Amino acid sequence: MGSQGGFGQSKEFLDLVKSIGEARSKSEEDRIILREIETLKRRIVEPDIPKRKMKEYIIRLVYVEMLGHDASFGYIHAVKMTHDDNLLLKRTGYLAVTLFLNEDHDLIILIVNTIQKDLKSDNYLVVCAALNAVCRLINEETIPAVLPQVVELLGHQKEAVRKKAIMALHRFYQKSPSSVSHLISNFRKKLCDNDPGVMGATLCPLFDLITIDVKSFKDLVVSFVSILKQVTERRLPKSYDYHQMPAPFIQIKLLKILALLGNGDKHASGQMYTVIGDLMRKCDASTNIGNAVLYECICCVSSIYPNTKLLEAAAEIISKFLKSDNHNLKYMGIDALGRLIKINPDVAEQHQLAVIDCLEDPDDTLKRKTFELLHKMTKSSNVEVIVNRMIDYMISVNDFHYKTEIASRCVELAEQYAPSNHWFILTMNKVFEHAGDLVDIKVAHNLMRLIAEGFGEDDDAADSQLRSSAVESYLRIVTEPKLPSAFLQVICWVLGEYGTADGNYSASYITGKICDVAEAYSSDETVKAYAITALMKIYAFEIAAGRKLDILTEFQSLIEELAASHSTDLQQRAYELQAVVCLDAHAVECIMPSDASCEDIEIDITLPFLNSYVQQSLQNGAQPYIPEDARTGALSVSSFSNQEHRETSSHGLKFEAYEMPKPPVPSRPPPVSISTDLVPVPEPSYSRETHVSPPVLSASSSGSSELKLRLDGVQKKWGRPTYSSSPTSSSGVSPSPANGASKVEPAAPSTSRPRETYKDSKKAEVDPEKQKLAASLFGGASKSEKRASSTSHKASKGSSHSTGTSSVSKSSVPSTSEVKSPPQPLPDLLDLGEPTVSTIVPSADPFMQLEGLLDHDESGSTGSNAALDSTAKVPDIVSLYSELQVSGHDSSSTISPLSSNGSNNKNLKRTVSGGSPQGMKGPNLKEALEKDALVRQMGVNPTTQNPNLFKDLFG
Amino acid sequence: MIHFVLLISRQGKVRLTKWYSPYSQKERTKVIRELSGLILTRGPKLCNFVEWRGLKVVYRRYASLYFCMCIDQDDNELEVLEIIHLFVEILDRYFGSVCELDLIFNFHKAYYILDELLLAGELQETSKKTVGRLIAGQDALVETAKEEANSISNMIAQATK
Repeated sequence: MGSQGGFGQSKEFLDLVKSIGEARSKSEEDRIILREIETLKRRIVEPDIPKRKMKEYIIRLVYVEMLGHDASFGYIHAVKMTHDDNLLLKRTGYLAVTLFLNEDHDLIILIVNTIQKDLKSDNYLVVCAALNAVCRLINEETIPAVLPQVVELLGHQKEAVRKKAIMALHRFYQKSPSSVSHLISNFRKKLCDNDPGVMGATLCPLFDLITIDVKSFKDLVVSFVSILKQVTERRLPKSYDYHQMPAPFIQIKLLKILALLGNGDKHASGQMYTVIGDLMRKCDASTNIGNAVLYECICCVSSIYPNTKLLEAAAEIISKFLKSDNHNLKYMGIDALGRLIKINPDVAEQHQLAVIDCLEDPDDTLKRKTFELLHKMTKSSNVEVIVNRMIDYMISVNDFHYKTEIASRCVELAEQYAPSNHWFILTMNKVFEHAGDLVDIKVAHNLMRLIAEGFGEDDDAADSQLRSSAVESYLRIVTEPKLPSAFLQVICWVLGEYGTADGNYSASYITGKICDVAEAYSSDETVKAYAITALMKIYAFEIAAGRKLDILTEFQSLIEELAASHSTDLQQRAYELQAVVCLDAHAVECIMPSDASCEDIEIDITLPFLNSYVQQSLQNGAQPYIPEDARTGALSVSSFSNQEHRETSSHGLKFEAYEMPKPPVPSRPPPVSISTDLVPVPEPSYSRETHVSPPVLSASSSGSSELKLRLDGVQKKWGRPTYSSSPTSSSGVSPSPANGASKVEPAAPSTSRPRETYKDSKKAEVDPEKQKLAASLFGGASKSEKRASSTSHKASKGSSHSTGTSSVSKSSVPSTSEVKSPPQPLPDLLDLGEPTVSTIVPSADPFMQLEGLLDHDESGSTGSNAALDSTAKVPDIVSLYSELQVSGHDSSSTISPLSSNGSNNKNLKRTVSGGSPQGMKGPNLKEALEKDALVRQMGVNPTTQNPNLFKDLFG
Repeated sequence: MIHFVLLISRQGKVRLTKWYSPYSQKERTKVIRELSGLILTRGPKLCNFVEWRGLKVVYRRYASLYFCMCIDQDDNELEVLEIIHLFVEILDRYFGSVCELDLIFNFHKAYYILDELLLAGELQETSKKTVGRLIAGQDALVETAKEEANSISNMIAQATK
C-alpha cells in the first residue's frame, strides 16, 4: 500500500487533500473546504453517478465532516450506500453513517432495516460492519428491532462476530439497562468463550454490571482470579502479548473487576491476594505497559480488604514511581498515593519531599494531581497551609472548569477543618474575591449564617469580636473593583446586619459604602436588593436606638432610582425602606429587631388574630370559607376521591366556570424538616429544571434543592430557607476548637527505617523553604529535625552533609535514565513478523526526520522480540478454557432464577449465606477503616510539639 | 470509556477524529480548538495527560502527529497511552512503517482499523494479529470485488470491440 494513489481516488480528491495539507492558515483551509462542499453539493445530486464515483464522494464528505464542516446535505446518500449489495460500497456507507450520524438523528430509522438484513448475512464481514453500526447508531427505541438478532450472533462461529455482538449488547446495556436485563447470563457464558478476544471483550460489560451490583457476581471471583492467573502464566496465545507482557490489557480489566468485587469483602479479597501478589512481584517495571499494570494493582490493593504484605508492595511501587524522572510515572505515583493514604495515612510521610517537588513542578497536570492528593490528606493540623496553597494556585489559573473545582475544594476543606472562625472568614473572603462567581451561592449563605449564628457556643464576646473583624475586613475589601456578585451579597448583608453593631463605624459611613456598592454594580439586581435591605436595617437600628438619622444625598437618589425600577422586587424594597424611615422608634424595633437574623420567626398559618373578624363577618351573613381542595371541580386526585361527601357542603356556589388547575400545595404535609422521605415527591413534576442530578448531590445540597422545590410550605418560606444545610456544615465547623491544637496528642511513633535513610540522603540538597512546607504538610520531617535538636539551622546542617549526599544523588541519575528510555519505542523498528503488507515507502518518510526526538534504543530488544515471536508455541487453549467452562457453568446457572434445579438452589443458598451479610458489612467496614484512618491522622501528627510547624502556621 | 480519538498535526491540523460520545459539530470544533491549544503547547518532558473539563486527555506524539484520546476520570492513563501505541503499531503493520502521509491520504482505512480496535468507546481487541487478520480479510474482499469489476468491464470491452 503506497502512501499516495493506487486506491482508486481521483486526482481531484488527491489535489484537495494536498491543498488542505499545504494550507497556511485555518481560514485558507476553510475556504478550500467550502469550495469543496459547493462542488460536492452540485455533483452528488447528478443523475446516474457510477457507484465508484459515489463512493469517492462519500469519502470526500467524511473528509469534509472530519475537518469540522457540515456535510449534512450528503447524509442521505451515505444512508443509501448502506443499502448497496456490494460489500465494498456497503462498508463505505456504514463507515460514513457511523461518522455522520448520532443516535438521535432522524435518518437512523432508514438504516435499521438494512442493519436487520445485514445481521443475517452469511458473509461475516457484512455482519461485522453492521454490528459496528449497531454500536454507534442504535438508540433506545430501536434496540428491540435488532436485539434478537444480536443475541443470536453471540453463537456465531466467527469470533470477531461474537466479540462485536458482546460489545453491542454492552452498548444496549448502557443505553437502556432494562432492555437487556434478561440477557445478563449471556455475558457470564461468554466469559468462557474459546476465543480470548471474546473473553476480553466480555470483561467490559461485566465491569459495568459489577459496578452497579456487586453482590450477584461474587461467585465469579474464583473465575476471574483463575483467568488472571492463567493470563499471567502466559497461557493465552502469543499474539495477545504486548511488549512482552502477556495480554496486559486483559490483566488491567481483570484487576479493575477484582477491585470492585473485593471492596470491603474479606472473603473475596482473600482469594485474590496470591495472584495479585505474584503479579506485582513479577511485573516488568521497565516498560510503560508494565507500569500501567502495576498501577492497576495498586488501585486494586487499595480497594480490596487490606492486606499488609500487598500494601507494603504497593508502597514500594509508589516510591519507585515518585522517584522516577518520568513525569507520567510521577503523576501515577501521586494518584496511587492518594488511594493508598486512605488506608494507611503514614505512607505519605516518606514521600513528602517528592510530593512537594511535584507541587512545585512547572507541569500543570502534575500540580493539579498533587493538589488532589493534598485535598485527600488534609486534616485540621495542615489545613491552613494546604488551603493557602490552593488559593494561591486558584488565583493563578485561568481555566474556568478547574478554577471552579479548586474553589469548591477550598470551601469544602475550610468548612470541614477550619482551625478558627476568623481564619475561616478570611479564607472565604479570599475564595470569594477571586472565584466568587464560580462557587455555589449556598457557600455564601453558609458564610452569612456562620457570622450571624456565631459558633455554637454561648460566647457573645467572641461572636461580636468576630463580627467586628468581619465588618472591618469587608469595609476594606469593598473598595476593590470588580467583586463577584455572591461576595457582594455577603458583604452587604454583613454590613447591614453588623456594620454599626460595635459602634466603631458611624451609620453614615456604612451607608455611604453600601450606596457606593449599589451604584458601582448597578446592573446586578440581587446585589442592589441586598444593598437596599442592608440600608433599611442600618436606618432601622439607628431609629430604634434613638439616634438622629442623617440621610445622605446619594442614598436619596438611590432610593428614588430604585422606587422607579423595572424590578418589582427592588421597587418594593425601596418603598418599604421609605415607609420604615418614617415610623417611630418602637414600631421600627418591632419590624427590624437588632441582631435577630437567627431568631426563628414563628408563623401560625391558622391566623388566629383574624378569628374575631371572621366571626363577625359570618354573623353578618358571609359565606364560610371553603378550603381550596374541598371545592368541587378541583382537578387534583386527592379531591376526586373525596368528592362525594364534599358535594353537600359546596353546592351552594357555582365554581365550575372559574376553576383553575390547582397547584398541588395543600395535599402535602408541611415540611417539618429536611427529611429524606420527601425526596421522591417533587421529582416527577419538576425534575428537568430544578433537580439536575439527584443521586450525585451530597446530602446537604440535595436537602437544599429539596427546599427550593418546596417553597410552598409556609413555615420554610418565612424561616431561613437558604440556610437549609445548616446542620451539616455547622457540625463540620463547630467542633474545630475541640480537635485543634488543644487536643492531647500521643507521642510521635517511631518511624520506619527506610524513610529516615531516604530523608537523610535528600535533606542536604533540599532548600529549607521546601522542608518547612513539608513539615507543615506532613508533620513528619519535623520529627527528624527535632531529633537533630535544631529548628532553624537546616541550612548549616545541610552544608556539612552536602558533599556526601550530592554524590549519592549523582550516582542515582544514570540508573533512572536507563529506566526511562525503553518506554518510547518507535513504530519503525517494530518487528514485522507477518508480511501482510509488502510495499514499503522507500523514501521521504517524515517520521525519519524527526526520529531523533524520540529516544530509542530498541534495536537490541526488538531482535530478541522477533526471536521470541518466531518460536511461538502452540497455545494451550483447551486446558485453559476447559477449566473455566466448569466454573462458568455453575455460575451462569445462578443467575437464571427460572430454571430451578438442584445446583441452582445450592448456589442460591451460597449467595444468601455468604454474599449478603458481607455485602451488608461492606460499606460499614469501609467506613470503619476510614474512621480509623482519620483517627490516626489526628493522632500521629505532633502538632503541639512542632515548633517549625507553628512558625508556618502563625508566622 | 474513551470519549473520542483525535489525531492532530503539530500545526493543529486535524488528521482524524472519531467521536464515541455525542458531540454536535459545533462542540467538536470547539473541543478540537481547545485541545490543540492545550496539548500542542506542552513541553516535551511533561506528563502525557491533561485534565480537561472534568475528563482526562491522554496524548502521545509520534513525529509531528499527536494522537489524543479522551477518557473518564477513573480510567488508567498509562493503559490508554499504550492503547494509542497499540493503534500506532497496528497502523504501522498495515501501512508498513506508517507516516503521516499514509494517514492523510488513507484516513478511511485508518478508520476501519480503529473500528477493529475500539468499539463504542471500549477496547475491543488487543491482539495485533487478530486486528490485522480482519482488516486483511476485508481488503481481500475488496480486491476480489475489484477484480470482478475489472473482468466484467474487460468482457464488456471485448464484447463491444
